[in-house]
Amino acid sequence: MNGKTRETVKTTYRDAIREAIREAMRRDERVFLMGEDVGRYGGCFAVSKGLLEEFGPERIRDTPLSESTFVGAGIGAALGGMRPIVEIMTVNFSLLAADQILNTAATYLHMSGGLFNVPLVIRMATGGGKQLAAQHSHSLEGWYAHIPGIKVLTPATLEDARGMLWTALADPDPVLIFENSTLYNREGELSVDAGAVDIDHARICRQGNDITIITYGASLYKVLDAADILEKSGISAEVIDLRTLRPLDDAAYLSSVAKTHRALIVDEGWRSGSISAEVSARIMEGVFYELDCPVERICTAEVPMPYASHLEQAALPQTETIVTTVKRMVRKNG
Amino acid sequence: MAEFCMPSLGADMKAATLIEWKVKPGDFIKRGDIIAVVEADKGIIEIEVFEEGVVDKIIVPEGKNVPVGTVLAIISSMKEPSETKEEKIVEGQVIEKKETALKLEPEKVLVQEKPVPPLPEVLEGKKHFKVSPLARKLAEELNIDVSTIQGSGADGIINRADVEKAAKERELKKKIPVTEKAKMPKEVEYQAGMRRAIAAAMSRSNRDIPHYYLETRIDMTRALQWLEAENQKRSIKERLLPAVLLLKAVARALKDVPGLNGYWIDERHQMKDEIHIGFAISLRQGGLVVPAIHNVDKKSIDELMAAMSDLIARTRAGRLRSSEMTDATVTVTSLGDLGVETVYGVIYPPQVALVGFGRISEMPWAENGMLGIRRILSATLAADHRATDGNRGAQFLGSMKRYLQEVSML
Amino acid sequence: MTEKNIREIINKHLTKIAPEADLGELPENANIREELDIDSYDFLQFLIAINEEIGIEIPEADYGKLSTIEGIIRYLSARMG
Repeated sequence: MNGKTRETVKTTYRDAIREAIREAMRRDERVFLMGEDVGRYGGCFAVSKGLLEEFGPERIRDTPLSESTFVGAGIGAALGGMRPIVEIMTVNFSLLAADQILNTAATYLHMSGGLFNVPLVIRMATGGGKQLAAQHSHSLEGWYAHIPGIKVLTPATLEDARGMLWTALADPDPVLIFENSTLYNREGELSVDAGAVDIDHARICRQGNDITIITYGASLYKVLDAADILEKSGISAEVIDLRTLRPLDDAAYLSSVAKTHRALIVDEGWRSGSISAEVSARIMEGVFYELDCPVERICTAEVPMPYASHLEQAALPQTETIVTTVKRMVRKNG
Repeated sequence: MAEFCMPSLGADMKAATLIEWKVKPGDFIKRGDIIAVVEADKGIIEIEVFEEGVVDKIIVPEGKNVPVGTVLAIISSMKEPSETKEEKIVEGQVIEKKETALKLEPEKVLVQEKPVPPLPEVLEGKKHFKVSPLARKLAEELNIDVSTIQGSGADGIINRADVEKAAKERELKKKIPVTEKAKMPKEVEYQAGMRRAIAAAMSRSNRDIPHYYLETRIDMTRALQWLEAENQKRSIKERLLPAVLLLKAVARALKDVPGLNGYWIDERHQMKDEIHIGFAISLRQGGLVVPAIHNVDKKSIDELMAAMSDLIARTRAGRLRSSEMTDATVTVTSLGDLGVETVYGVIYPPQVALVGFGRISEMPWAENGMLGIRRILSATLAADHRATDGNRGAQFLGSMKRYLQEVSML
Repeated sequence: MTEKNIREIINKHLTKIAPEADLGELPENANIREELDIDSYDFLQFLIAINEEIGIEIPEADYGKLSTIEGIIRYLSARMG
């Protein structure tokens, strides 16, 4: 075997997260998992399957159907010295715990005059595309990115699914991890020694010169597909995975846009007041004089997510739209 | 206050280059004054003004190519108080004026309600060019005027590639020695432009106008005898050409049969009282110009000869006036000098008739049972069948024939 | 005035009318109106110019004698004596 080639193993996004939880549980006895159906049922997206058997009910805890309660309990545990991982079934239900997240977890360090950190990690599923209808399919990570005092992570790759959790647990403040539900079944090769990754930097997934496409989460794969198609038309797209929506890695995308002079943001959230709006604004603020055409955005249609599959797909950002938008923006003259 | 706009100097003119201003702000001008010179596909044309007033502001600078309808200058009438001027120029459109009209003359509202046309895109200083921030920065660095660049981006935005292309073209131009780039291409381009203009007008004519043709032969013997006798009395400079008699006869006949003098516009036949004959003048370098000789019916033979000489000389020197390019009501083309027997012409839209003259040649001619040698002219009429019928055309040719046979009637 | 002078005057005015023509190539006995594409207006202008330059009246009846270079030279030489 070539010394440079690291050994890999075939895995899925779901298994990578489970492996991350398992590793954290093993490394640090203060870590425990709590949430609705995470124990006996194995998690509604089957992420924690098998963990109850391995770690027992003390550390894999099923909770009542009350997000406010168990997120509040998680905050208390974190304040008490534990390192809780709280799973909320979907981002839509996290709104029931919004008071705990925003008014308590995010503010506690400030309100205590810097005395108490809240080292809490909350994982939740986000996004549409699985026909789970309007109460289970929205992408509200952009909302949470509005709140100072917390970090917002959106792992899109197996590496990040595997590596972000440990870094989040090591962070002294609350971290929210958004797992796009369409990614759980995503398969791929992951290094056998994959481990913790940084959560401070965006990543350039593909180098290019004609346009920078900025995205995160499940949209990354649609963007990469679009970049392949665009390459055949002679358009070289640079693709950036933001990875962390709060704090944004401004330097990464601003320097890329300064190189390509064009920017498109693909965001599964609704357009108005979205993270794409924030990124667009920062591009104007940071590299206005480098822009060779207006910044554009492709977001989810501003409707409650439809149940019918074709309508749901029509509402979500799609590869073809990305391709046509980029072609219009780049318009190579011969 | 009035906006002086780039006039349309023919049915198919789209744009022209303003090459010279004959006036400057503050100059007093009156109707008929030549105030600018433009270069269109058809050549260099002197533009007359139809207002009286003072030149308030020159908007389009010399050397700029602008579309028909572009405001070239602002002319203020003498009566208008001057303090309102600035405001209106800034507004760009004379909206205030329309509002006044609304209040004072309610019955005119319907006429006035036509939407004010948007300002042409080339107005100096007013137009906000869509330039990407990067392109604007680059243009400043390279000292390139973005108003000279055509944008290629979405919505016509001027982007970096456009500025870089303009910079490259400027470099290329610098490299070509002046002698090479000057004369020839301009002449070639001028020729190509004229060909395009003729092509467009003639294609339209052939496509839209159902022509009918009538031909007659006219015994010119007596007319020419009269002319020769007349020329014998005259010094060489005052001599008349047969074409003058032909023009005069056409004008006379049009007075008798007015249906052939005018236009077909918007599905309507519009007869004209004034007889302005467009006289086809070929250019040595190729191509054709058909400037108008104004009010041919009101001119004496000598005035007509002078007008024709002046017009031919100015056409060949490329110094025509805008009104001459636009207001011909009928066309006459004479190819007799080249030995052509008969001319079957193509009408110049929106006119409704063209009179063609061939060569005057000696022929055996039978009249009143007698055979003789006469000088015979073939005259044809090409007319728009939408506007007139063959009967009317025949009346015209008959009338013209009578005038040419009895010169005293001219 | 010599024949050479007359020829120079003729050439000068023909060149004004037909600047593109190579008069050196034009045969003495060629019909100038046909060869140089001179219409009746141009021809009249040519005669007016000749008249102004050397002061000889040319009646219209004589136009036929002036259709070639040699014809014009002969006509003008004869009248200048």
